Amino acid sequence: MYKYDNYDQAVVDARVAEFRDQVERRLKGEITEDQFKPLRLMNGLYLQLHAYMLRVAIPYGTMDSKQMHMLAHIARKYDRDYGHFTTRQNIQYNWIKLEECPDLLEELASVEMHAIQTSGNCIRNISSDQYAGAAADEVVDPRPWAELLRQWSTFHPEFSYLPRKFKIAVIASKEDRAAMRLHDIGIELVMRDGVLGGRIFVGGGMGRTPMIAPEINPFVQADDLLSYIEACLRVYNRYGRRDNVYKARIKILVHEIGADSYRAQVAEEFAHVKTLGLDPPLAEFDRISAFFASPAFDAHAPDSVDRSDPDFAVWLDQNVKPHKIANYAIVNISLKPIGGIPGDASADQIDVMAALAKQYSFDELRVTHAQNIVLPHVAKRDLYAVWHALNDAELANANLDLITDIIACPGLDYCSLANARSIPVAQKIATRFADGERQRDVGELKLKISGCINACGHHHAGHIGILGVDKKGVENYQLTLGGSGAEDVSIGKIIGPGFDEDGIVDAVEKAVEKYRIIREPGERFVDTYRRVGADPFKEAIYG
Amino acid sequence: MVDPIVAFAEFTGSNATAVRIEPGDDARALLPHLDRLTLVEITFPAFRDGRGYSSARILREAGYLGEMRAAGDVLVDQVPYMKRCGFSSFAPNAPIDQAVADRLCALYPEPYQRAADPAVPVWKLRHG
Repeated sequence: MYKYDNYDQAVVDARVAEFRDQVERRLKGEITEDQFKPLRLMNGLYLQLHAYMLRVAIPYGTMDSKQMHMLAHIARKYDRDYGHFTTRQNIQYNWIKLEECPDLLEELASVEMHAIQTSGNCIRNISSDQYAGAAADEVVDPRPWAELLRQWSTFHPEFSYLPRKFKIAVIASKEDRAAMRLHDIGIELVMRDGVLGGRIFVGGGMGRTPMIAPEINPFVQADDLLSYIEACLRVYNRYGRRDNVYKARIKILVHEIGADSYRAQVAEEFAHVKTLGLDPPLAEFDRISAFFASPAFDAHAPDSVDRSDPDFAVWLDQNVKPHKIANYAIVNISLKPIGGIPGDASADQIDVMAALAKQYSFDELRVTHAQNIVLPHVAKRDLYAVWHALNDAELANANLDLITDIIACPGLDYCSLANARSIPVAQKIATRFADGERQRDVGELKLKISGCINACGHHHAGHIGILGVDKKGVENYQLTLGGSGAEDVSIGKIIGPGFDEDGIVDAVEKAVEKYRIIREPGERFVDTYRRVGADPFKEAIYG
Repeated sequence: MVDPIVAFAEFTGSNATAVRIEPGDDARALLPHLDRLTLVEITFPAFRDGRGYSSARILREAGYLGEMRAAGDVLVDQVPYMKRCGFSSFAPNAPIDQAVADRLCALYPEPYQRAADPAVPVWKLRHG
C-alpha cells in the first residue's frame, strides 16, 4: 500500500482548502453555477436528480482498513448509511449537502483520500487489476505504475481542460480483469528481452460510440512511459474535437484520423517531450515500488481447506481464486445479493469488510470494476472464518461472474442523464435467476445494464448487455449479445427490437435457456454465441 | 508606443512583434520566429477550451521568454494552472479578484509534475 509523505499530504490538504474557498464563493454568489460546475466536478461533485452526488477516488481500487472504515463513517455522517462502489473502482455517495462537502473532504484527507479528478474533463482515477500483487499470472505488480501516473496526472496544468474526460488503466497480466482496451489509454506492462515496458493502446471506450483501443505502440520502455503518455495527451488536447461533446473523446480522434496517423503524431511529439526531463528518476519508481512489496506471507500455513460445510464449499468454488502463493487465496466479496442494488454496501457492511481485511488480508482491500470487493491475501486456513463473518453480514453471495453478478449504473433512480431505470431491471433478473444451482449450471455470464447511451453500466461489454432507452416517454430496454471487457474484448450487438421491463427479463431468460440447450461442453454463454451467431438466439427470443 | 497584435494568419508575412493565437492555431508554426516576438496573446473564447494551455507550454519549451498573455474567458481558478503552463499576464473578460488569485496560487506547495514554470516537481525534491 502506498503511504503519503509530507508532499502528498500537502497536496490533498491544499485541495481541501481550495474547495472550501470555492464553495464559500459559490454560496456567497461570487461565482455562478456555470462557473462553479467545472470546479466542483473536478472534485467529483455532481448535481443529480435529488441531491449532490460525491465520487471519492480509490486509486487503482486499493485501500487499507482505516480508509475503508472512513468510507463507512462518511456514509453514516454525511449520507444515508450506505455507499455505492462504481465500475471505476471508486465509491459514490448519493445524498450529499454542498455546504458539508468541504468537511467531508477534510475527513477523507485525514486518511490519505480525496475526490480529486473523479469527474470533469481531466485525467480520472487510474484503474488497475484488482488482483494486482496477488495474481499468479502477472509480469509485475502494476500498481507502482498506476501510482506514478496518479501523481503525474494530479493537477496536471496542461491537461485539466481536455476536450472530454480521460481514463487510463494499467494491467500486467494476459488475463484482462480491468477492461483495459475499453479505456482512453490502456497500458499492458510486459517484459521484452528482460526489459520492462508497456504495450500502449489508445482510443478505447464505451459510451454511445463503443470502440476497442488499437495498439499504438507495442513497447514503450518503462523509463519513457510518462513522456510517452504526455505526448499522447498533448496530441489529443490539440486535435480532439470540441465542437460536439459526443465526439470529443479520444476514441473519435483516433478513429477519424486513423491509428497510423495518430501514432505518427505521438511519435513526433514524444521526440520533443522526451527532451524535457519529465520522467522521474528510477529512484522515485523504486521508492513507490517499495510500498507495494509482497506482505510477509506465512510459508508454513496449511495448504488444505476443510470443505465439509456445503454452503462454504459453494462459496469457495465460486468466489475464491488462486493466489500466487499456494497456501493463500484471493477472496471476492460479491456486492450483488439477489434483489439488492449492485455495488451498494451499508456502512455496517463496509466496516465488516474493513475489519476482515485488517485481521485476515494484510490490511488490504480492492474494489473491482464489476462493483465487488476483494480481500487479496487470505491464508487458506482462515477462509472458513472469513466466510462465516461475511455470511453473518449478508456478504457471502456465492455468485462471482455468474448471471446475478450484474454491473448496473445508478440509472433513472438517481442519475440526471438516465433515460431508464437500471436497478429494478437488475433486481428482477437476479430474482428470476436466484436459484444457485441453475446459475452455476449456466456458468460465467457477464450481464451489464446501462440506463442510457452513455454506457456507465458497460452494457457494450456484457456477454448479455441491456441498454435502457426512452421510447416516446416509456422506458424501453434493448438487448445486446456477445460483448466482453476481458482479454477477448468485443462489443455486443443489438439483437432486435426492445422490450418493456418485464419483457427484457423474459428475453434474457430465453437467451440463457437457448444457450443451455445448444452449448457444447466447456463453452461459456459468450463462446456459444460466437460460434453460432445471433440467429438461434433471435429465434428463441422473438420466434 | 505598443506594437499592434496581429492575428496568427497574418503574422509570418509581417514584421510584427506581437501575435494572437486562437485555440485552433498550431503554436509550433511560431517556433522559427520566437526571437522577434515580445508578446504572445493566447485566447480562450470559452474557459472549457483548454487548447491554449498546450500552446503556451509549447512556446515556453522552445525557449520563448517574452510576455505570454491569457485573454478571454479566463477564470480566477484557472490562473494557477495557466501560470504553470507559462502565462505571465492575464486579460480576462470579467475582472479577476487579485486577492483570490493570489490566495489560490499560494495554496499549492509543490507540484507533482514538471511544467513550464520554475516549480520543482515533488519527485525531484524527494531525490535531489
